[in-house]
Amino acid sequence: MKTIKKSVVLLLGVASAFMFYSCKPKGPQSAIVGDAASKVYVAPGKYDEFYNIVSGGFNGQMSVYGIPSGRLFKILPVFSVFPESGYGYSEETKPMLNTSHGFVPWDDLHHIALSVTKGEHDGRWAFGNANNTPRVARINLKTFKTEEILELPNSGGNHSSPFITENSEYIVAGTRFSVPVGDKRDVPISTYKENFKGTISFIKIDPITGRMNIGFQLKTPGVNFDLSRAGKGPSHGWFFFSCYNTEQAYTLLEVNATQKDKDFIMAVNWKKAEEYIAQGKGEKVKAKYAHNLLDEGTHMATSEMMTEVLQLDPTILKDIIYFIPCPKSPHGCDTDPTGEYIVASGKLAAIIPVFSFTKIQAAIAAKDFEGEFAGIPVIKYESALHGEVKKPGLGPLHTEFDEKGNAYTSFFVSSEIVKWNVKSLEVLDRVPTYYSIGHLCVPGGPTSKPHGKYVIAYNKITKDRYLPTGPELTQSAQLYDISGDKMQLLLDFPTTGEPHYAEAIPASLIAPNSTKIFKIEENNHPYVAKGEKEAKVVRKGNEVHVYMTAIRSHLVPDNIEGIKMGDVVYFHVTNLEQDWDVPHGFAIKGAANAEILIMPGETQTLKWTPDEVGVVPFYCTDFCSALHQEMQGYARVSPAGSNVPLKFSTGVVEETSSK
Amino acid sequence: MKSLKPITRIAVGLSALALVSAYFVPLWQIIMWAPQYPEGLEMKIWINTLSGDVRTISALNHYIGMKTIEVSMFPEFSYMIYLVGAIIGIGLLAAIINKRFMLLSYFATILLAGVGALIDFYLWGYDYGHNLNPEAPIKIEGMSYQPPLIGTKVLLNFTAFSGPDIGGWIFIGVGVLLGGLVFYEWRKSNN
Repeated sequence: MKTIKKSVVLLLGVASAFMFYSCKPKGPQSAIVGDAASKVYVAPGKYDEFYNIVSGGFNGQMSVYGIPSGRLFKILPVFSVFPESGYGYSEETKPMLNTSHGFVPWDDLHHIALSVTKGEHDGRWAFGNANNTPRVARINLKTFKTEEILELPNSGGNHSSPFITENSEYIVAGTRFSVPVGDKRDVPISTYKENFKGTISFIKIDPITGRMNIGFQLKTPGVNFDLSRAGKGPSHGWFFFSCYNTEQAYTLLEVNATQKDKDFIMAVNWKKAEEYIAQGKGEKVKAKYAHNLLDEGTHMATSEMMTEVLQLDPTILKDIIYFIPCPKSPHGCDTDPTGEYIVASGKLAAIIPVFSFTKIQAAIAAKDFEGEFAGIPVIKYESALHGEVKKPGLGPLHTEFDEKGNAYTSFFVSSEIVKWNVKSLEVLDRVPTYYSIGHLCVPGGPTSKPHGKYVIAYNKITKDRYLPTGPELTQSAQLYDISGDKMQLLLDFPTTGEPHYAEAIPASLIAPNSTKIFKIEENNHPYVAKGEKEAKVVRKGNEVHVYMTAIRSHLVPDNIEGIKMGDVVYFHVTNLEQDWDVPHGFAIKGAANAEILIMPGETQTLKWTPDEVGVVPFYCTDFCSALHQEMQGYARVSPAGSNVPLKFSTGVVEETSSK
Repeated sequence: MKSLKPITRIAVGLSALALVSAYFVPLWQIIMWAPQYPEGLEMKIWINTLSGDVRTISALNHYIGMKTIEVSMFPEFSYMIYLVGAIIGIGLLAAIINKRFMLLSYFATILLAGVGALIDFYLWGYDYGHNLNPEAPIKIEGMSYQPPLIGTKVLLNFTAFSGPDIGGWIFIGVGVLLGGLVFYEWRKSNN
């Protein structure tokens, strides 16, 4: 009997231990349900449905992925040098990275804005921001090349950028750091409140060429601007920015900028600003900033230093900006597809306030203000509020929308995506992300006509999601199906750099227009050689210019003599190919810069300063053909003052003894 | 000498006018496929020029020692415009003169022109495929690369097709029509 009792107790113990164990939370491996694989499988030779243009964060580039497969197609150099293609190293691309501080080879690219017409993607350009040395860039989506970079004066870090208006009239650039501007810059840091200012730049986009120039700059009180979105539909003409550090702290912001219960959403009436400008209001102030532009005809970038900018002071020119209180250091500030609702995500808050554009307008008309902040009216929170999403999660960051009236908000702290209805504010579904999601992306999510179908999470923490690669890991993105009522995790895919925001656009808007070659007849590069007969070597003082051609599988010239120590040699290499996907590369031993990749019909220049006497090999670096390995040549470097004549050839065999 | 039936006369006149299209559309086409070129490389032969991926085809063919294809290597391009003009002239003349022997002459001219063009094209193809640069990077013993006269042929990693383009089909159509008309007239006169 005793033994029976004992064994019963033992059994109970085992059972309870088992039950206790099974009460432990389930791991992420249980998250996949149903036939996820077939939904992300793009068969060999088939194409993805969407392009995903993803910011590279601290790599300063953009990267291009296919959705739903998550395959990486391209790393597109923007603000950082890229030795792989010679971007920032070739003579043609160096001016692209020029700034008022000189050549800046790196930056931190956080956000993407794709051009829109009538609020919908038009597939023409992608814009990106440089967070560190404030700049914006424009990428041509036909060539996937960075065509233009514009520096922003009076800015201390360009974070709330480059968000775009409904017809691509403007992209914006709001300062992350307020800094002293104007003539009085050498001031104690403790004089933040009186001397530090923020600026919001409205960068005008030429509707035909896409060229950028600063239309005007708004001087704002010294706070930090985080993110923004343009109004659309009824709210077109307005722009909304999230602001934090309204405490105006200048040290230990972690504590000092988080004391107030509410910071602000700043509403900007940019049509009003345009009216003031039309009346001749505003002040042209001196500024120094670089404007860099790539000419597709010459394949060369040029950098121009600009000298002034038009500024408007909203404390004097009334009705341009208003503040709306918003809980706890808002990050995302997103307008829904109808343009009526503005979703603000306080990253330390436990609710999501949703503001109504109609109510904001009514409050402004009725002067329903609770007071002023630094000379700007502050609208009463309740008067602007459509409602609050209650208990959505912890740490809301960013919201995008589908085509059915739903919103998807990312939660960094509780590491999840929450789906809720914009009108009813009711939470509909939630899924975990692995781990700590930052931005998210619904195809067409920021436009008037979202495509829906998927939401992509760009996570900040990767940990155990992939095979470990030492302390530094790849970044983790996750794809979820949102076509049903419940969100469904489909795929993890690794991403390069550290993606912040990204946009996804139907492939049909980009793929048919993609450039395959540059026409050699249209190449206006000053050092082009349009055929092998035009290849030559020309001396100009101590500069030696090599007009070189590359075609499968030889370089002309491939024997060069008469270069002397003290010379600077420029290899201007023209790729004569007119066939898709036949780039050639060029590299020379000991070059202190990089290689260059030359697309069909293009000319690129590598500068080389010989550092020793001898015969130096050069070769094609892009495996172009069966005889790629034969695509090589020699440059002879003689001592300074030697009398070796300048000579060049290809295919000439001389039977001479050494001279 | 017998006159033509009115329907024949109209058909002869229209057929001559149809040949005017030869000045505006390509006459012949060569298409080449390879594993790396699933979309195909094409060369279109017009009355006085070439178009299509000629530069790329030359760039690839130089590995096996073939000549660079250029408009100047075809003396035909300098006189084909007159030749076709003459054929059109004969066709119109046949309609005007309205006699059986003119219809026969017109038909014979078209037939001769067609056969002549094919022989000319064959000779060019023979030279292009056999007369190779002895210093070519790729040499395969016993291999020549004459493109197909009409139809499809596999040449190393390429599958080449040669055949009429729109203009060529119009010529063939005119030839067939004239043959039919000759037959029709012969039957009518024998009844």
